[in-house]
Amino acid sequence: MAFIIADRLTKTFPGETRPAVDQVSFEVKQGEFVVLLGPSGCGKTTLLKMVNRLYEPTDGRLLIDGVDARSMSATELRRRIGYVIQQTGLFPHLTIEQNIAVVPQLLKWNRKRIEARIDELLDLVELPRSYRQRYPRQLSGGEQQRVGLARALAADPALMLMDEPFGALDALTRARLQDELLRIQQRLHKTILFVTHDVDEALRLADRLLIMRTGRIVQFDTPLAVLAEPANDFVRDLLSADDVLRRLSLLTVADALAGNGDGQRLTANDAQETLQPGDTLREALIRVLRAGGQALPVVANGQNVGEIAPDTIASALTRTTHALPD
Amino acid sequence: MIDLLADAYNYFLANQSRFWAATTQHLWISSAALAISIAAGLPLGIWAAHEARIGQWAINLFGALRLVPSLAVLFLVQPYLGIGTTPALVALTLLAIPPVLIATYAGMRSVDSGVCEAARGMGMTAGQILWRVELPLALPSIVGGVRTAAVEVIASATLAAFIGGGGLGIFITRGYALFDTRIMLVGAIPVALLALMAELSLGWMQRRLASGLGAAT
Repeated sequence: MAFIIADRLTKTFPGETRPAVDQVSFEVKQGEFVVLLGPSGCGKTTLLKMVNRLYEPTDGRLLIDGVDARSMSATELRRRIGYVIQQTGLFPHLTIEQNIAVVPQLLKWNRKRIEARIDELLDLVELPRSYRQRYPRQLSGGEQQRVGLARALAADPALMLMDEPFGALDALTRARLQDELLRIQQRLHKTILFVTHDVDEALRLADRLLIMRTGRIVQFDTPLAVLAEPANDFVRDLLSADDVLRRLSLLTVADALAGNGDGQRLTANDAQETLQPGDTLREALIRVLRAGGQALPVVANGQNVGEIAPDTIASALTRTTHALPD
Repeated sequence: MIDLLADAYNYFLANQSRFWAATTQHLWISSAALAISIAAGLPLGIWAAHEARIGQWAINLFGALRLVPSLAVLFLVQPYLGIGTTPALVALTLLAIPPVLIATYAGMRSVDSGVCEAARGMGMTAGQILWRVELPLALPSIVGGVRTAAVEVIASATLAAFIGGGGLGIFITRGYALFDTRIMLVGAIPVALLALMAELSLGWMQRRLASGLGAAT
């Protein structure tokens, strides 16, 4: 059974006629990274906040891990769900360790367990343990958001809600934290609902994209599928789905080789540039073009595993457009 | 000038027991007024900060009340409460509530809404948010309000003597009645010193609390 089941979830704010979220139904599997994407006012944040009942739904039902979200008190529910917000929301009067310890303390963990957990989490988000006694203000924006992430993960919740967590960071820091989040997710397999209006961020992070407009779901599918077959012009415009480079950045060299059967193998000599299976096809294309359009060898663990030429990239692109996973 | 101070000092030496009794009375009535105003102003300020609409109204109302001179308050309560300590205490309390209330309100409102949202989202109850997040963050502002109130109360408690409330004001009223400046000084100088001490100590506390919050800055 799906981990989150939303059944005609609706929220109408007092004094408004149009619902902010209108009979939205969807299911999210355990361990899935779902990004809620849409223009401001589309209802994505409202939807997110109904999951931890910061907003109470006007109508509809929400099951988390088979349990109705209303079957327990809101505070009890929230302690089981990690929550990260844009401006970090760190408590300025508490040290980093006290910030991280908040939910474990609410859950009445013993001191020893909390201490061990703080170290573990600082390691996980790659902050030095010497930061324990510092105050949030003494940290950079990126470091603060790492603490925000550690704090949300503190009680090891199965579900994480993230409301534009990287929205206030500069592009470089944001990219680094996105990588970090993906790395952590590969290790922890949380179920994540992540709100953003940044299309590149959404494409980069999501297992599946939940695209919303005026309180309804427009499309809910993998980034590649959404890009290849946008449900309508709204989605096409939102994602600039015609942007070939954007799609190439979602495919890897390994993807291209996998569908290409046995091509001829170039031998990599020292002078020549090589590609790795993990490189994106966007990166590969740039390097191929830079090399004058000639094929480049792909090397993995010192072994030559194939080659990428302009037509390999082109066929990978057509393949993903026409043969979609369902 | 030096002679005058020396005369005042001699008067003080000759009337030590009366002086200390008056000082004790002065401090007692000031502390009591301050304690009651905190007990009333703090919860009221918290309530006002949580009730955005009505709260602003309440704050404006109390802000306007501050404009009524303390001497007027003193004489206004007299027909109802007679003379003595009680009416003085009531007047001083009314005087001290607005600064405490307004500072509490301002301090609570200055807490970053993101911080409160995070606290709620992490599963803190309303009470936990108040005690662990809002009040600690509002504390420097609240102490600032108490400081203002304390200085005002200590200075104004002098007026209590006009309606038989005792305190260091008795030397001022007596000196005034006898056209004797040195007796007035025996009341006025200690009051000024007490007010200054309250200002400095609470000001120091306020700065310490504020710098604790701004750790890095």
